[in-house]
Amino acid sequence: MGGIQSATGAGDLAKRGLWRSMLLYRGLLIMLLPAIAWFLIFEYYPMYGVIIAFKKYRILEGILGSPWVGLDNFERLFRSPQFLNVFRNTILISFYKIIFGFPAPIILALLLNEVRGRQFKKVVQTISYLPHFISWVVIAALIRQLLSPTSGVVNYVLITLGLEPVNFMIEPGFFRPMIVAANIWKDVGWGSIIYLAAISSIDPQLYEAATVDGAGRFRQAISITLPSLAPVIVILFILRVGFLMNAGFEEIFNLYNPITYEVGDIIDTYVYRIGLVEFDYSYSTAIGLFKNVLGLLMLLFTNAIVNRFSDYGIW
Amino acid sequence: MVVGARGRWSADRLFDLGNYLFLIVFSLLMIYPFWETAVVSLLPGLLASSWGIKLWPEEVTLEAYRVAFSSRLIYYGYINTVFRTVVGTALAVFFSFCTAYPLAKRKLPLRNYLTIFFLIPMFFSGGLIPRYLLVRSLGMLDTRAALIFPILLGTYNLLIMRNFIMTIPDSLEESAMIDGASFFRILVQIIIPLSVPIMATIGLWVAVQHWNSWFDALIFIRDETKTVLQLVLRRVIIEQDDTAFLGENNDSVAGAESVVPESIKAATVLISIGPILLAYPFVQRYFVRGIMIGSLKG
Repeated sequence: MGGIQSATGAGDLAKRGLWRSMLLYRGLLIMLLPAIAWFLIFEYYPMYGVIIAFKKYRILEGILGSPWVGLDNFERLFRSPQFLNVFRNTILISFYKIIFGFPAPIILALLLNEVRGRQFKKVVQTISYLPHFISWVVIAALIRQLLSPTSGVVNYVLITLGLEPVNFMIEPGFFRPMIVAANIWKDVGWGSIIYLAAISSIDPQLYEAATVDGAGRFRQAISITLPSLAPVIVILFILRVGFLMNAGFEEIFNLYNPITYEVGDIIDTYVYRIGLVEFDYSYSTAIGLFKNVLGLLMLLFTNAIVNRFSDYGIW
Repeated sequence: MVVGARGRWSADRLFDLGNYLFLIVFSLLMIYPFWETAVVSLLPGLLASSWGIKLWPEEVTLEAYRVAFSSRLIYYGYINTVFRTVVGTALAVFFSFCTAYPLAKRKLPLRNYLTIFFLIPMFFSGGLIPRYLLVRSLGMLDTRAALIFPILLGTYNLLIMRNFIMTIPDSLEESAMIDGASFFRILVQIIIPLSVPIMATIGLWVAVQHWNSWFDALIFIRDETKTVLQLVLRRVIIEQDDTAFLGENNDSVAGAESVVPESIKAATVLISIGPILLAYPFVQRYFVRGIMIGSLKG
């Protein structure tokens, strides 16, 4: 009894302490108010709006007034062969991006690290970061120009080599490789920054010892630099897998067309077309919710793995 | 022994040679699409749509740029993109700082709860339609506000800014407080000047984000006087809609016949990335800094 009393007493005290410190630091709290309001409106309110996935949304009746339909939208989702295809495309494109795109910045960082001329290294770095800052609309424009069947340089080279020209944009077989290659081109430089930073923190004594032992530069890169990068690589890899559900809306939206829907349509582009082209708000929200929940689970799972053997998780 | 040493020496040389060659080819591949676009934008008439690797314009004309600049849509797009970039970035940096500074203070009451509150949206979001419905119910459809307020703040940028501010020693503030400086004065005279580098980094990121955004304009904006540059570009190139090149009164621009659509498209691309290309070499180091701060765990 006495114990409980003193516990509530301590709680009261803590409460009073909280009020007092809130009063004392009211300046800090007031500074936070606009952001709290913004997050409530622009982040948390849409989370509440997700309930229309369980309703039949009608514009005039609004989110609250529209009738509940339980899991009807999800039932429709799982029965739809189109959704299954879209789901498969999402996973496959993400998977190819990881397989081919993930090692690219590591290799670039290793090669840049071997460059002795500082000026040369800087120029290559500056050039390689550039595409990261260009929008996907522009990059899609550049790709269309390079791959154009009438004036593109790629087809020019193909013809010069005596091969048949290809109309890449309407050739389903080339869609996924094109997306993967474009992604590597855009972000390989930017992605190498973090590896270069990790390389610069490797103890130089390791290299000195290896030189004394007679290891050449190539050998040093393989036996010292790469193993030293292993923790960073593992962590970034696992986190990357956590974002598997994001196959890249912008590049696909700007490069696909009805002919390549079959291989290129992903959940995000499908959500857009169902929701804002066909105006089926509830069904579109259900698809989006399914993706977000799956994405959240993957992220929680992969982050838990990262936290188990390092302290580099995202939180 | 000597032979071994020489053998290794030449192996290293070979590796170096291959490495330099590879990186040069790699850099050229990075640059070539931009270069070709620039060349095509300058070529007159059919030369632009001809076959071949276009390394240098044999003939130069600025007609394509004239046509592009006379286009009504490109004009509106440019004005609105500049507007959203300037206003959006200024507001984003201001409010990000106002949020990151208190979160950086260990003495902030409820700090952990507040941090979680800001962190949750990183992992779960309402998705496209609920966001669209929100903007619609706020009455922001077809207003420039819809291009600025929905992306005013972001958890990632807040965390990076907070981490940077946490590296400013508390003792600086404490000694100013002992000297009788007010909360506001400490903020303006000590914290803000020391936070300029991170504000520059976040500001540049947000500016690039605004400059490159088009999807929000696609779904929120109908009125073409409020459209943005990237969307005009999308209409011209992805949707192949050549009416975007029409001038003031929907008539075609005089002299437009002397250049092919390829040139005008290339000129439009260059116009839209011009500011980024020009500013990029000077501000590159600010861009990179944020990644380094971001890679520290918060």
